[in-house]
Amino acid sequence: MASISLSVNGKKETIDVQPDTPLLWVLRDTLGLTGTKYGCGIGACGACNVHMDGEVTRSCATPVLSCDGKSIVTIEGLEQNGHLHPVQEAWIKEDVPQCGYCQPGMIMSATALLKKRRHPTDADINDALSGNLCRCGTYNRVRKAIHLAAKNGGAQ
Amino acid sequence: MISSVNRRNFLKVAGGAGAGLVLSFYLPSKNHEFLGESPNESFAPNVWLRIDPSGTVTITVAKSEMGQGPHTYFPMIVAEELEADWKSIKVEQADAHPDKYGSQGTGGSTGVRTSWENLRKAGATAREMLIAAAATRWNVDRLSCYAENGSVIHKPTKRSFTYGQLADDAGKVPVPQNPPVKDPKDFKIVGTWVPQLPTADRSTGKAKFGIDTKVPGMLYASLVRCPVFGGNVASFDATKAKAVPGVRTIVQIDNGVAVLADSTWAAMQGRDALDIKWDNGPNASLDSDKIRKMFEEYSSKEGVVGESEGEIAKALTAGAKSVEAVYELPYISHSPMEPMNCVADVKSGSCEIWVPSQTPQSAQDVAAQITGLPKEKVTVHVTMLGGGFGRRLDNDYVEEAVKISKAASVPVQLLWTREDDMMHDFYRPASRHHLSGAVDGSGKLVAWNHKMIGPSIGEQRSPGRFKDGMDRSALNGATEMPYSIPNYAVSYVMANTAVPIGAWRSVYRSQNIFVVESFIDELAHAARKDPLEFRLQMLDKSPRLKKVVETVAEKAGWKKPLPKGLGRGIACASCFGSHVAEVAEVSVEKGKVRVHRMVVAVDCGIAVAPNTLEAQIEGAIVLALTAALKGEITIENGRAKQSNFDAYPLMTIDEMPKVEVHIVNSYEALGGIGEPGVPPAAPAVCNAIFSATGKRIRRLPIVKLV
Repeated sequence: MASISLSVNGKKETIDVQPDTPLLWVLRDTLGLTGTKYGCGIGACGACNVHMDGEVTRSCATPVLSCDGKSIVTIEGLEQNGHLHPVQEAWIKEDVPQCGYCQPGMIMSATALLKKRRHPTDADINDALSGNLCRCGTYNRVRKAIHLAAKNGGAQ
Repeated sequence: MISSVNRRNFLKVAGGAGAGLVLSFYLPSKNHEFLGESPNESFAPNVWLRIDPSGTVTITVAKSEMGQGPHTYFPMIVAEELEADWKSIKVEQADAHPDKYGSQGTGGSTGVRTSWENLRKAGATAREMLIAAAATRWNVDRLSCYAENGSVIHKPTKRSFTYGQLADDAGKVPVPQNPPVKDPKDFKIVGTWVPQLPTADRSTGKAKFGIDTKVPGMLYASLVRCPVFGGNVASFDATKAKAVPGVRTIVQIDNGVAVLADSTWAAMQGRDALDIKWDNGPNASLDSDKIRKMFEEYSSKEGVVGESEGEIAKALTAGAKSVEAVYELPYISHSPMEPMNCVADVKSGSCEIWVPSQTPQSAQDVAAQITGLPKEKVTVHVTMLGGGFGRRLDNDYVEEAVKISKAASVPVQLLWTREDDMMHDFYRPASRHHLSGAVDGSGKLVAWNHKMIGPSIGEQRSPGRFKDGMDRSALNGATEMPYSIPNYAVSYVMANTAVPIGAWRSVYRSQNIFVVESFIDELAHAARKDPLEFRLQMLDKSPRLKKVVETVAEKAGWKKPLPKGLGRGIACASCFGSHVAEVAEVSVEKGKVRVHRMVVAVDCGIAVAPNTLEAQIEGAIVLALTAALKGEITIENGRAKQSNFDAYPLMTIDEMPKVEVHIVNSYEALGGIGEPGVPPAAPAVCNAIFSATGKRIRRLPIVKLV
């Protein structure tokens, strides 16, 4: 067991788990933050995407040991002072989700993209989101929502 | 209080102080299209509608929500007739019940079709009761009152009561037997673009899927099964697994060994540490080549004729030009993004289950059997489903979770790994198709012969069920062709294997219609006819399909020349009561197929929820094109070779074509929408590849050949 300190959605947490435990299971099972999803366990689908120090990170393939001292933001942490993130607002406006399972990961990729590119092109969106698998077919609405969020100042 | 019952319309009202108005309906109807079920009389999904004194309208939805929209379209239909304030609508997911809600099975694109009448009647009945309650209170003529936006208004005086204010009184009003339903031209909600009610929760991480269930005292379970189909545990040593920190206990059930732990990760680690000796059983040497060869051998058998007309043998040789072709399709997986999972809590006198299932009543049945409990002691809560596509019609994971919980006497969450999910699917069956056809001197199709060789899903589930070797569902999409062809025969050669198979969105139609629409295209080219014109001249007996074919051609600009390097293909299908035509635009560069645009026209009678409809068509296209372009589960040493998305890639956002959906409202019989978009997509793309390159794709996935 190892004691690991990290910040999750702005809250300091000290975690005592096996150090090889992927961040995903710490979030879901230890901290009860179930918005981040398990899809493949090998970093191939993006359902588990979170931000680690602002960078999109596959939490299923990130041992919690490597998160010591880091700042993690999950889908639950995007809301600020009771206001949804502009990307989430755009998601709702475009009615993006179908089953919804991959959407937290999609949204985490989209919010990180908009921080880097205020007005992403379609090619930027392809680069940033092609690692997020959706089996239901929300891709076109995802693209529309990212453009809408960019228009509405989504680089929050 | 039950106030009225009759054979056709069984309606209950529970009223009284504080309870508000509670209505429930049963209406027998034909509800079939389910895998393995013969079309027989069963109850349509029920409607439970509650209006409480605060004005909240609660609609209990007994169908499973997996993105196809019942949590939105059920309330849309009710609210339309009820004249409810959309903001007052709340949805509750029904637990499983043997008969309270009719069939809770969610599949076969039946949701709207089987609920429409009930939902409208529920809304209209409640509306009439609310109006009657208001008229009584004002002591005025009922006809001087009307309902609008959650209130009843007395026209001459403009006085009004909200539904909340009337709910208790309305619960005591006699139930009208035939409340009037609205003329579709007066619809304000149905047919409009309404955002899905679960969207906010799905965009904030609040939506609760099966995997998100947490129960006090619950342990996390990971179950290891024999990778070989039909194999099982010979012996195992759990010493190392028990030493993994967090592992609490290990139990063997009839198909594997489960590790129970304090966390998912510990359970997975423990499972990997198990030392298991497998008895691989009789299928250890099965592989895709052998299956392919077997299908080829079986193709020389005479098929059981499913449908025929005219004199096929004569017509095939008498035509001016004849064509023969063999088509092959591989096994493919469902792979919904949420892997299979189930939480079960088996106690001595009860069993409680939380599961993302398309068939919660079967889950209840199976849990009752395993525990020996009466069904009323088995509670099945249906969570949100992270995709289904037919995989969640089966409840194998429920069986496992119940057995594990029973054996360990503790509540457990069984979570399949992605590898478990991909290697223990009920795959879409592989198949082989022999086709021959002939056109006459004027370019008309005069003969069509289709022999389908492949496994029967129904036979695998109940061996010996088809005494004559004919499983009619295996020919769905090959029989009942929309085209008028004077001489035709469609036959089936059952060719079963040990590979587990099941219903994959649109079931056999996704393969049979691929073959039919591809071969129609081949014959059109043989006849030197435009593939659109070739189809249209044979569609007079299918006016609804003809209309969508014409619509899609117009919207796609069929006659307009495409830039060099692009090809255009068309395909169509009538299935699940709907009529769909699709035009694909593709390019092929350096062997890579790119689908640029899909234009779709669809007639499902009335597009009840156009937003959901459009999403379902986009989803159907993604699923169908992923399968056509890349999807293949190969069998090696008796097991699935692919186990995760690295080896079984899905279509990604950068590969997604533009999709344009055109709705043709015919106001004819309602059709389903979850599945009909799937079958035409692959043939439209392959026909477009032919148009672009002259290369005919007769074996999927496309990646193998281009």
